[in-house]
Amino acid sequence: MEMLSGAEMVVRALEDEGVEHIFGYPGGSVLDIYDALFENSKIEHVLVRHEQAAVHMADGYARSTGKVGAVLVTSGPGATNCITGIATAYMDSIPLVVLSGQVPTSLIGGDAFQEVDMIGISRPVVKHSFLCKTASEIPEAIKKAFYIAATGRPGPVVVDLPKDVQNPKEKFPYEYPKSVHMRSYNPSKTGHKGQIKRAVKMLAEAKQPVLYIGGGAVAANAAAQVQRLADLFSLPVTSTLMGLGAFPGTHSQFLGMLGMHGTYEANNAMHHADLILAVGARFDDRVTNHVAKFCPNAKLVHIDIDPASISKTVQVDVPIVGAADTVIEQMLEAVTELNLEIDNGQLADWWEQIEGWRARQCLEYAKSPSVIKPQQVIQSLYKATGGSAFVASDVGQHQMFAALYYPFAKPRQWINSGGLGTMGFGLPAAMGVQFAHPGAVVACVTGDGSIQMNIQELSTCLQYGIPVKIIALNNRALGMVKQWQKMFYGGRHSHSYMESLPDFVKLAESYGHVGIRVDDPAKLDEAMEYAFSLKDRLVFMDIAVDPDEHVYPMQIKFGGMNEMWLSKTERTQCDD
Amino acid sequence: MRRLISVLLENESGALSRVVGLFSQRGYNIESLTVAPTDDPTLSRMTIVTLGDERVIEQITKQLHKLVDVLKVSDITEGSHVEREIMLVKCRAATGEVRDELKRMSEIYRGQIVDATAELYTVQLVGTSDKLDAFLGTLSQLTELVEVVRSGVCGIARGERALHA
Repeated sequence: MEMLSGAEMVVRALEDEGVEHIFGYPGGSVLDIYDALFENSKIEHVLVRHEQAAVHMADGYARSTGKVGAVLVTSGPGATNCITGIATAYMDSIPLVVLSGQVPTSLIGGDAFQEVDMIGISRPVVKHSFLCKTASEIPEAIKKAFYIAATGRPGPVVVDLPKDVQNPKEKFPYEYPKSVHMRSYNPSKTGHKGQIKRAVKMLAEAKQPVLYIGGGAVAANAAAQVQRLADLFSLPVTSTLMGLGAFPGTHSQFLGMLGMHGTYEANNAMHHADLILAVGARFDDRVTNHVAKFCPNAKLVHIDIDPASISKTVQVDVPIVGAADTVIEQMLEAVTELNLEIDNGQLADWWEQIEGWRARQCLEYAKSPSVIKPQQVIQSLYKATGGSAFVASDVGQHQMFAALYYPFAKPRQWINSGGLGTMGFGLPAAMGVQFAHPGAVVACVTGDGSIQMNIQELSTCLQYGIPVKIIALNNRALGMVKQWQKMFYGGRHSHSYMESLPDFVKLAESYGHVGIRVDDPAKLDEAMEYAFSLKDRLVFMDIAVDPDEHVYPMQIKFGGMNEMWLSKTERTQCDD
Repeated sequence: MRRLISVLLENESGALSRVVGLFSQRGYNIESLTVAPTDDPTLSRMTIVTLGDERVIEQITKQLHKLVDVLKVSDITEGSHVEREIMLVKCRAATGEVRDELKRMSEIYRGQIVDATAELYTVQLVGTSDKLDAFLGTLSQLTELVEVVRSGVCGIARGERALHA
């Protein structure tokens, strides 16, 4: 058997796991691993400028490919800087393995230099974690880490590696485990047959059904199954922020996103539905609005890989634990098995009602000859990229505009921090996407607030020639905060104004990139096309947008799903 | 609603902190928690006494089960079960009168005096938490309680029902 040091084992295990990219930052307690990585040709290491960005890059890499993202950082501050990134991945169920250095085992607990209890500090935001106390544990720990991260409900896993365990002078037999057996962890994909039969019967009988999809449909690669189910039952489909792309955004059966900033038609369809089939969605508070008023007439069928997500916020009628793709396949089989007659004509009235809501055209907005509207920027981006770009977003108004005005055709095309809402996610996530898809068009939709939370990565982009296009909607304010202050705090804009923004064009140029400033609505499309014509350059588009624009629709707090502001002056009249 | 939840988990470092962390992180209540290795030393058995309505208890059991180290979770209060707690009470026993009364009380409650000095008796008592509470109430009327230590509850289902790996 081959003899390797702990440090060599780490690198070899990553190779054996098929890792091609690892995002990281060296430091004292991982120097041996970095030394083992020095002559490695199979794994490309990406040197970031801040560890938080390393995790977001691995996250963007994972979201866009479905593979496990990998991170390598040192102990102490290297590890703590990862926490926001890990929490971001945890909330959105993204598979990551984060390898962190640790002080030598003999010093653990002694407040040594750059010591932090990484296992403890990350515990609430990881799916699982390992502390390797001997080198011989490394192969199995890494194998298990990748397995746990990717299976069941995916999530981040931390592997903490003390310095002495990596010792290059001590060699041990190395064999990478071929399979994983854990008696306490056996995630299952298939759903309960009886429940599945109940669900399809209810679907066949429903007069006002809605298919409500979420991030679980993306994670399970269930787009094809969702499409077949929607076709078969002629279902209206709505998606959470996390599910966008799992059903084509331009499809006639797609009602758009639902929830706090969901469309008028999606939220109304949910409110008036008699049956809601939730696929990999978790009835999040940004979806349901006031739970007591949530979808009063609907029976709920909920497919989710995580039993704990079922009946957590809303009690469901038919729970089905399983992976979205597998369970929908089972449902389609059950339809045949039960010889169900599906009369799509019975949904004619329902579709007519939906078309009525759709006719309201809730995403219409007034353009201006003098100032660029943020919605317009996203539409211009859509045109310039033919709707096929990967779009990584930061967090705020621009995120909602991107979600609403860029209809995603495919899953994994839309990359955003949905659960944690992490500002600073966009740029590094876009970079991770670009590393995974070198030839692809990758845009980062961001704002003047968010971009400054990880702007140092412009340097990493220069080092690796990463040609992402940064579309910064610059309203010189923290737009979403400002919108809430305007709506709910009497216009008291407490600390939401950015008084001293850098010159983003010069900043981009100082990092060796191209910067473009746009403030004339008439020149927007042209500038956008020019930016995307520079295929091998990073372009920072600093776009001055209307600082007073709000995101609409917006649900009214404590209301039902159908209670919304549609503009600054119009709100829904609710019939119940 | 008071519930006893039995958990069978890997006897590994960090497993306990994951369980305890889960409770604090999600705002669940812990009345008591006991844990020790089982006859199989690779496994630990835990009994958690918690309070919550049906939905909270359902979430607790699901979230516990989701922990990678956890093999089995069972709410043993769902069926008939046996639960016991052990208590050691150190109390002032300076006069003959108090000593006699302490001995009588211990006998009535089926306790044992496990340590005695010129000034102090230490009584051991095993039973349900209610019984232990009652004994403490009686004792505190009789003399000064110097120190009380309780193990927390451990429980097991009656009959065939059992938690196996």
